[in-house]
Amino acid sequence: MSYRLLLAALAVLVVLLFAISLLIGPAGLDVGTSIAGLLNGDNEAARLVMREIRLPRAILGLAIGATLGLSGAVLQGYLRNPLADPGVLGISASASLGAVIALYTGLSGAFALALPLMAMGGAVAAVVLIQLLSGTHAGTLTLILSGVAITSLSGALTSLALNLSPNPFAAVEILFWMLGSLADRSMLHVYLSLPFMLAGWVMLFALGRALDALTLGADVASSMGIRLRRTQWLAVLGTAASVGAATAVAGSISFVGLIVPHLLRPLVGAQPSRLLTASALGGAALLLASDIATRIIAPGRDLKLGVLTAIVGAPFFLWLVIKNRRNVL
Amino acid sequence: MIIRATLIAVRLAARINGRGVRLLAAACAAVMLAGSMAAHADAPPRRVVSMNLCTDQLAMLMADEGQLRSVSHLAIDPESSVLAEQARRFPINHGLAEEIFMMKPDLILSGTFTNRASIAMLKRLGFRLEEFPPSYSFPEIREQMLRMGRLLHREARAQELIGELDRQLAAIPEWIHGGRRPLAALHYANSYTSGSGTLASAIVERSGFENLGSRLGLTGMVRLPLEVLVNSAPDLIIGGLRPGTAPALAYQTFEHPALRAVLDGGELTSIPDRYWICGAPFTAQAVRLLSAHAPVLKAERGAAK
Repeated sequence: MSYRLLLAALAVLVVLLFAISLLIGPAGLDVGTSIAGLLNGDNEAARLVMREIRLPRAILGLAIGATLGLSGAVLQGYLRNPLADPGVLGISASASLGAVIALYTGLSGAFALALPLMAMGGAVAAVVLIQLLSGTHAGTLTLILSGVAITSLSGALTSLALNLSPNPFAAVEILFWMLGSLADRSMLHVYLSLPFMLAGWVMLFALGRALDALTLGADVASSMGIRLRRTQWLAVLGTAASVGAATAVAGSISFVGLIVPHLLRPLVGAQPSRLLTASALGGAALLLASDIATRIIAPGRDLKLGVLTAIVGAPFFLWLVIKNRRNVL
Repeated sequence: MIIRATLIAVRLAARINGRGVRLLAAACAAVMLAGSMAAHADAPPRRVVSMNLCTDQLAMLMADEGQLRSVSHLAIDPESSVLAEQARRFPINHGLAEEIFMMKPDLILSGTFTNRASIAMLKRLGFRLEEFPPSYSFPEIREQMLRMGRLLHREARAQELIGELDRQLAAIPEWIHGGRRPLAALHYANSYTSGSGTLASAIVERSGFENLGSRLGLTGMVRLPLEVLVNSAPDLIIGGLRPGTAPALAYQTFEHPALRAVLDGGELTSIPDRYWICGAPFTAQAVRLLSAHAPVLKAERGAAK
């Protein structure tokens, strides 16, 4: 399949899923009312349902999915490791920790931007820590162990922060921060996270040429004029900004960034720069599809997104482990 | 109410650690106490310990001087308890088997949603334990009050309180206007609502409203997705069960732009939680506060037409 055809097919899929996401919901509006509500808004109730409840959910599904797919592709290319992904490396978990601290101490109530900023702080800390622990040439085992350590530490501290909160609901919300959800998110969440995700995408997309060069090794890449330090900073900050902002409003959603680049890599001829756009679109499609599935499988129950992505992702992860067993052991 | 029970369960869950040690101590002491109990089944209980917010309040209203020995820690929380001030005069328990054992009660009052492990332990130790299910309707409130009166040998006081409840309810006019009742939506943290078969629904209906949860065929306390609420265009949205001011995601639903748009610049109608949580004489207070909104809405709708 040609590259352009693949991108076109993925884009059509994303548009289709975005539309389905807008049309599905417990209010049971018919298609005509939904479209009318979205466009002209004579029907007050339908307008509110479409513009204030379903539209932000669909936008966040698309943007967060793209973020996870794109950052997964970048991390796998940059660390030259097939198991890299914001979830596996603990970046999502530590972003969650930052967001939890901002939200439950009341900091984000006083200063709204504290939520995405603290989440990004958590994400930066995780990426920097991973680089310190395993460097860019680390074997898969070191990388995964670092990720496991960061994920469990962040998860434990998140639970601690939530258990210490005097709010009786906080302890139950551990689930949200560990599994993620898009239920009842609003336009406020879009405004709060989308600018940071866009900024992150700009940095990550700028890495295409560098990632291609890096497939030949760091020395060759630097002799080709790739500035390694700049590449590193773009990867760290781009991942932290986009994944941090995504996690701040939807919790940590795992496996999307892992699966999507793997599925698409054979289709783009294993060229990292081409994988970026394809993975962003693929991630958006996967997350939109998962979010639609949560609403179909258990309407009104707020099934967490991470449950579905893990059901799809964990077997895939196992398959990856088996495939890579020789390298890992 | 179920969410309150859940809240209590959440709070209690935090204290489960270390229970094994306490159980051992309690079992040892049980042998010493066995003889002192069960002697006076027919005499009024003199050492009553209550471990549930609702039995706490009923017992405080009815018990004779010196009869009630301890109430639960929730009874002194002014957000949950109408009788918080009065509860401070009693020693507090946290519903743990060991501390209740040490009080040597001759009657323990609990709710059916009270921590099951503690209840089972206290029963095994041979205490007389009476469990009260939550009240879901006004007849059930009267029933529970009668039962409490019998258990405490205070039937006359129970009748007096029931008379008070009935007088207060009678003073609140029933909805007599023809046509559609205004539609009220109960909207709690995490977008939960009360459907039919709940005390909240009974209160809303007795106040002259139709309850959205009941209209949608919901029963018990369940999630009501925000978009269903918005699409139902209720005349009144009653916020509730929002303990404390500490932030949580559960409260973000109260700030959602779609909800704010339905409220049209207004605020959620709020009746203090303490009047809703337990069925008691003061449940009439919730009806009185809420029914004050019905004629206002009626007038507004009349003016709009």
